[in-house]
Amino acid sequence: MSLHGPPTSEIDLDGEGEPPRRRLLSSTSALLQEEGAKAAIVAVVSTLAFFGLATLLILSSPNWPRVRDQFFNPDDFAKAAPDVVRGFWLNLELFAKSMLVIPILALIVAVMRSLRGPAFFPIRLIAVLFTDIFRGIPLILLVLLLGFGVPALQIDFLPRSAEFWGLSALALSYSAYTAEIYRSGIDAVPESQRSSARALGLTQWQAMRFAILPQAVRNVVPALMNTVVSLQKDVALVSILGIREAVREAQIYTSRTFNYTSYLVATLLFLAISIPLTRFVDWYTARDRRLRSQAQV
Amino acid sequence: MKLKTLFAILLAFTLVAAACGDDEETGSGSSGSCDDVTTKVDGTLTVATGETVYPPWMGAGADDFDDPTTGTGYEGALVYALAEELGFSADNVTFVRTPFDTVIAPGEKDWDFNIQQYSITAERDEVVDFSDGYYQVEQAIIGAADSPAASAGSIAGLKDLRLGAAIGTTSLDYIDSVIEPSSAAQVYDDNAAAKAAFDAGQVDGIVFDLPTAYYITAVEITDASIIGVLPRTDGEPEELGMLFEEGSPLVPCVNDALAALFANGTMDAIEDEWLNQGGSVPSLSN
Repeated sequence: MSLHGPPTSEIDLDGEGEPPRRRLLSSTSALLQEEGAKAAIVAVVSTLAFFGLATLLILSSPNWPRVRDQFFNPDDFAKAAPDVVRGFWLNLELFAKSMLVIPILALIVAVMRSLRGPAFFPIRLIAVLFTDIFRGIPLILLVLLLGFGVPALQIDFLPRSAEFWGLSALALSYSAYTAEIYRSGIDAVPESQRSSARALGLTQWQAMRFAILPQAVRNVVPALMNTVVSLQKDVALVSILGIREAVREAQIYTSRTFNYTSYLVATLLFLAISIPLTRFVDWYTARDRRLRSQAQV
Repeated sequence: MKLKTLFAILLAFTLVAAACGDDEETGSGSSGSCDDVTTKVDGTLTVATGETVYPPWMGAGADDFDDPTTGTGYEGALVYALAEELGFSADNVTFVRTPFDTVIAPGEKDWDFNIQQYSITAERDEVVDFSDGYYQVEQAIIGAADSPAASAGSIAGLKDLRLGAAIGTTSLDYIDSVIEPSSAAQVYDDNAAAKAAFDAGQVDGIVFDLPTAYYITAVEITDASIIGVLPRTDGEPEELGMLFEEGSPLVPCVNDALAALFANGTMDAIEDEWLNQGGSVPSLSN
């Protein structure tokens, strides 16, 4: 559907009175546009055919009326919506809170792991253990272990709330992943940058802060955004601790009425957040690539 | 060229789907006599139950936890008594395990009926079929003996507590619609998770059906006790029923057999053996 070419009327198809090279160029442009139009038609036809047939296939299936009543029931949609929406606010709250912790904790771990010199060995060790352990444990187990296990120890000064520990599990697991993303960014900065910074008299810390990190973070922003999209959905895992977020509210409705439409409500809510988020990541990545390719010329 | 291939594939799919759709079973519910019961697997009664079955409902013997085939527990004994009444020997009863969601998903099931303390409600009845009730349920709340829950003498005294229940139970509905606590009830995947939350000090009290409450306080959370039996809600008493796929021809047969078991005293005997050993517990007032 690219419409970037000049309008057809302006193209001199005969090419009279123009040098041969110009003529070739203009006829190529017309040709390209024709190709583009053809491609657009094919795309539209095949899209319509695909979705049309898929719809037909679903609507003509023998159990469709039942599936429709159980999954796409307007009455149940309206009845389930208030509870699921209320639960979704909790999802957003937990998502926002964990987004405050994860980038910072992850950066600390990544920097710890990138420190050089034998004196920093224990710090590097701690960072390695952190990523290995929290990335290695499946998130759902981590949620259970922290959410039910730690409060059961009945240590007085630790909070017992399911929300607190559910959030902690999310934050630890995602920080471990995010730290590795940061580290890959740090490793991708050429060693010469570090050497030059040190040669200019910057300390190891200053070199990290002013030379390495700004380049490293910029390198990995698209990857970080991807993690954000993923986190937004994984927040629902805290429901196993009894927390009534959107998915759990939908489950409650389904188990009460044996009707799945409540899941549709939750799905739409999640999509309403994650699709714009994903599109934003795509846009940002494309923009970043464009800026860089221009900078290199 | 590619487009043609795409069309061909889609067309093939449509045809296959249409062909599959044609052999829908006919004549449901018109079997008439129950002397020769037609089941999913000929000559066998296929009974579905939960993935992990709990005493006192099934596997309630000395050393048969999560084993429905021993016929112990209230529902275990009921299944074998029903099978005999329907003309199946104990050898011809097989169990399959079904997670909650596969029970309610549309489509044909590979079991004859499902028994795992399903409460009969009008909403659920639209999607599946239920037998007549085999047990009337009361709800009870358990809590630590020294907790604020323990001193609550009435429903009103429970309002400010942190309460929990397992998902899919009417215990949860009871909290939400009758107790209406000031902070919403926590909702757990199953009784085991509710117990874990109790151990973690995240809830003050958990609502179970009374038989489950007896078992849990006797065996699993021994430092908790039944604080009280909750008053019944107005209207129909809550009953447990066996669950069938919609339009199953077996429903009237199983109902006849169940009625016979009630009439000849078998049901009372089963209840005495498996459910009525908890002793007396206080009742909470409205």
